[in-house]
Amino acid sequence: MASTGKLTGKQRLGWTVLTVVVLIYALFPVAAILATSFKTQADLGSATFLPGNPTWENYEMILFGDAQGLFLTAFRNSIGITLIATFIAVVLATLCAYAIARLNFPGKKIILGTALAVSIFPVISVVTPLFNLWRNIGLYDTWLGLIIPYLSLTLPISIWTLAAFFRQIPWDLEQAAQVDGATQWQAFRRAIVPLAMPGVFTTAIIAFFIAWNDFVYGISLTSTEAARPVPAALAFFNGASQFEEPTGAISAAAIIVTIPVVVLVLLFQRQIVSGLTQGAVKG
Amino acid sequence: MTTAPETSRRQKREAAASANAKNADRRNGNGKKRTNRAKSEARLGWLIAGPAFFIMLAVTAYPIAQAVYDSLFSFRLTAPDERSFVFLQNYQTILSDWDVFWSALGVTVLVTVVTVAVELVLGFGLALVMHKALLRIRGALRTAILVPYGIITVVSAFAWYYMFDINSGFVNSWFGWVPGIDSDLDWFANFPTAITVIMASEIWKTTPFIALLLLAGLAQVPDELVEASKVDGASWRQQMTRVILPNMKAAIMVAVLFRALDAFRIFDNVFIMTNGAANTEVLSLLAYRTSIGRLEIGLGSAVSVILFACVLLICVIAIKFFKVDLASGTDAKGGK
Repeated sequence: MASTGKLTGKQRLGWTVLTVVVLIYALFPVAAILATSFKTQADLGSATFLPGNPTWENYEMILFGDAQGLFLTAFRNSIGITLIATFIAVVLATLCAYAIARLNFPGKKIILGTALAVSIFPVISVVTPLFNLWRNIGLYDTWLGLIIPYLSLTLPISIWTLAAFFRQIPWDLEQAAQVDGATQWQAFRRAIVPLAMPGVFTTAIIAFFIAWNDFVYGISLTSTEAARPVPAALAFFNGASQFEEPTGAISAAAIIVTIPVVVLVLLFQRQIVSGLTQGAVKG
Repeated sequence: MTTAPETSRRQKREAAASANAKNADRRNGNGKKRTNRAKSEARLGWLIAGPAFFIMLAVTAYPIAQAVYDSLFSFRLTAPDERSFVFLQNYQTILSDWDVFWSALGVTVLVTVVTVAVELVLGFGLALVMHKALLRIRGALRTAILVPYGIITVVSAFAWYYMFDINSGFVNSWFGWVPGIDSDLDWFANFPTAITVIMASEIWKTTPFIALLLLAGLAQVPDELVEASKVDGASWRQQMTRVILPNMKAAIMVAVLFRALDAFRIFDNVFIMTNGAANTEVLSLLAYRTSIGRLEIGLGSAVSVILFACVLLICVIAIKFFKVDLASGTDAKGGK
């Protein structure tokens, strides 16, 4: 178990094996569905890992073909609803976390405690009353009808993560800048915003992941393609005919919605890790 | 921040110091002027923190109150006019139904216990590997394990489902040499095999989260302690059980509690893979099928309330008996 210095041949071999094992663990199921997405209808029954005749037909079907209406509208819904819910949550959470980190006011603990309680709340418990209420006031099967409950998923973690980030910012810089002749707003913008932005950005990524992942609200509070997001739409996919399983189409759609996740992870793994551990462990 | 001219550095420091002094004053002071100031600060605090707070309450506290209220009625959307107050009868109906409710509760508890236990072991292994890995590969490892974390649970469910599916899956042909597995094995037809695949998907997707929490816990174990125990001749095992694990207790507890609460709400994997067939129904799915599927709002609300009560109970047990300190987590020098 060497952590520094030169590795012996044995240690190097050990680390190579461990790294490969972890990589296989993390990526194998993704590779499996990626391989499935390139299978033809005939290949799907062949019980092999790799497609015999790799084909783009599944992608063509969901992007340009019969399943286009189903997938592309759901994709648009997912992106729109998730981005709006993430944006609102991050703006509100930034203000909230700023107050918690910066100001002295009674009720801080209550706010943090509420955020914690909401984050462990079973989503399914609130879905029935919302389902009923949304149908009565016309929010059922609309974007807004999903954006509002998504805030219950994205707000708590955003508040915790940002409060942890903001506590580490040297706020005295702001006063120092004011002494240097900057106005309060200038001081905030020049000294604090550059320090706070990485935290805000990281929080946005984590909130995006959580909203992007939602399934319970998605299937319970929508009924048509007007607002149905991708995870819910995947559960309603049909094959090209009633005798065909929609396996290929679902796999291709699954790969497409996984691409944003993989891109974000590749670009920002360091920030995501620090954001996750700060928000959840330190608080 | 380094662009400020050198001459003003001292000024800045003094300004900061006086600001700190003012803050301290404010906290301790009880003069009228200071009280006003505290008041206006409190007002400002609630003004900017309030919207987030009230939205969180509005989207959870209000619906759960409504669910409690609805659960006392016999109420179906298919016959809205027949709504009548039945007090606790819905609960009685549910709690006396051994085949449906208690079976779902049992499966939920089983999934929670097994997945959390496996994830803890796997996650600790992953955390150790990342902790000890050279910087060069640490980034690659973290990137790889963040993929399951970020992937949509429904996608994970489909990926695992298709691997094991009797028609399109390759698992049966790959593992045909294992006793009990052959090309006719339908994993999703029987409870033990179906629940195994469901749990495998759940474990795969959520272990990275535990691993990252434990990695943060590992990083907080003081190196001096580990080095000192090595000097004293402690074996690897002794280092683990006597030094590292006790110093990570707080991180482990927080990770277990968060994951247990999360696992207890399991829905997506079961919905996609079996939709409750082969006795794999869990509480969330039961609530969904009762209220959204059959539109029995009264009965479904009662299931929701029971599920909520279970989550509360787990929290109370964790905090009372295991003394999990969620608010401070592991930042208190690794806990005790």
